[in-house]
Amino acid sequence: MNLARLRGPGVFAAVAVAALVVAPLLLEPFRLGLLAKYLCFAIVALGIGLAWGQGGMLVLGQGVFFGLGGYAMGMHLKLVDARGDLPDFMVWSGVEQLPALWKPFANPVFALVMVVLGPMLIATALGLLVFRQRVRGAYFAILTQALAAAFVILLIGQQGLTGGTNGLTNFYDLFGQDLAADSTQRGLYVVVAVVTGLLYLGARHLVNSRFGRLLVAIRDGEDRVRFLGYDPALVKTVVFALSAGMAGLAGALFVPVVGIISPALLGVVPSLELVVAVAVGGRYALAGAVLGAVVMGYAKTTFSEQFADGWLYLQGALFILVMTLAPRGIWGLASSARDALARRSKRPPAPAAPPADVPGGRIMEEVR
Amino acid sequence: MSPMLEVRGLSVVFDGFRAIDGVDLTVREGELRFLIGPNGAGKTTLIDVITGLTRPTTGEVVFDGRDLAGLREHRIVRLGVGRTFQTSVVFEELTVAENLDLAASFRRPLWSLARRGRGVPDAVAEALETTGLKDLAGRPAGVLSHGQRQWLEIGMLLTQRPRLLLLDEPVAGMSKDERERTGELLTSVANDHTVIVIEHDMEFLRRYASQVTVLHEGRVLVEGSVDEVRDDPRVQEVYLGRRRSDAVGTGT
Repeated sequence: MNLARLRGPGVFAAVAVAALVVAPLLLEPFRLGLLAKYLCFAIVALGIGLAWGQGGMLVLGQGVFFGLGGYAMGMHLKLVDARGDLPDFMVWSGVEQLPALWKPFANPVFALVMVVLGPMLIATALGLLVFRQRVRGAYFAILTQALAAAFVILLIGQQGLTGGTNGLTNFYDLFGQDLAADSTQRGLYVVVAVVTGLLYLGARHLVNSRFGRLLVAIRDGEDRVRFLGYDPALVKTVVFALSAGMAGLAGALFVPVVGIISPALLGVVPSLELVVAVAVGGRYALAGAVLGAVVMGYAKTTFSEQFADGWLYLQGALFILVMTLAPRGIWGLASSARDALARRSKRPPAPAAPPADVPGGRIMEEVR
Repeated sequence: MSPMLEVRGLSVVFDGFRAIDGVDLTVREGELRFLIGPNGAGKTTLIDVITGLTRPTTGEVVFDGRDLAGLREHRIVRLGVGRTFQTSVVFEELTVAENLDLAASFRRPLWSLARRGRGVPDAVAEALETTGLKDLAGRPAGVLSHGQRQWLEIGMLLTQRPRLLLLDEPVAGMSKDERERTGELLTSVANDHTVIVIEHDMEFLRRYASQVTVLHEGRVLVEGSVDEVRDDPRVQEVYLGRRRSDAVGTGT
């Protein structure tokens, strides 16, 4: 009984040791950098797990918030590298004066605050507008996706302001550290891993609290919750904003880790890929979402190294398989297997475990 | 004493169809009022209007001296009006106790819900006792029978200490035993609450109702005690769907 209660923290500690001690020792810098990248995706996935898995909000445009965070960070790094001059790409685009939008980002504190606050403010405004009108299900999903598409168009159109299709790249200096140095990259990896772990713990705490139960209740019966005296629009807005903040932070960490932020990294397709990753990992468990992002990120890299074009098909096939056969993803399969084993090992059948019924069931229900 | 609920000249029109057509209804504090009427009489629509789910075309609903017009559903709940639905909706993923706890916490500020709370609030323990669901407190609500779900819903309402309870067909689809238990629960709830019950079941009505309002085609047909209503020829005609000569003696 007590042992079972310790299992969760035990697994978490083991993963933490593996991520913070074993991985930096064993992996060469290039692979460690890739892992840091996957963990950035895992942070976005965590937000998707909260919003979609727990709250039933199918967010197909997290790339927008990832991008806002990424560009906020990228703008700051660009300004630092420019040392008072114009960033290089602006010179090439014929911009003569630093645009007003850029000026405050020279301040590192402002940039870091905007990384999280910018996405959260936009998500809050959007959420209040949309959830109050009771836009949900497929309509909400389409809306977020359209937002991602529009955001990309905006970024590409504003060449002088955003670097257009190329985005922001060629960073050299991160808060006084040489970005190309192995030690900086190692340190960055540790920061990303720690942030991922902390956000996971925070999100878990939220999910296990009354607030988390309220969120699940809203997912399963929004109208009923209204008649309990809660305002679902407010709760959903809060969670949507939290998921946006996470995506923003992930984008900001991604920039120094990978060295670039560009429209191709945050449009409709990357946004969808993350949702697919969460579905594959298991959207109803936060750990499943994180696992999905890391596994799918790794699979993408590995598979693309072998067969450049095959990944897209494999990813699509995997998504269909998971949605039809295992809606709770890898995590769901693993916990079903664990329960089955536990039942077999105990001779008297344990007091009939509650039927592990699949919340939501098929995706179409989720997209009511 | 001023009435707890006053509905005046209420009409609801859906695409030209008059679901409710000039209804007046007054319910005093402490009353247990039954609303009956054949299908399509406008009973559920009336409750939908009171709880803010449907907007009235004309007329007003005054609860405890306050006009409810234009208030959103959760605001009306916060004023003290609680309801259940014909098809009970409980949160299947949550346990029975968690369902009750969620209902009980509705006045707490949102941020405080994120704090880790241990222990069972008094209101929840009380509701588990009243509804007889104590033994099932730790089970997911998804495993409950139809009857138990209705009790859980009523229990959830009770934790919110509403001043007016609206129950939409609480015994529909229940077995005889379940009906009896629901009746007992209803009687004990009605002791210290104002309750409006929509019910089709005539036997249930005869056993537990005192004041009855009969709706027919969106209007109030008759209002009075059970006996008065039962003996009224108009009620027999519309409610039993037959002329009086056929209705007499069938007695349901």
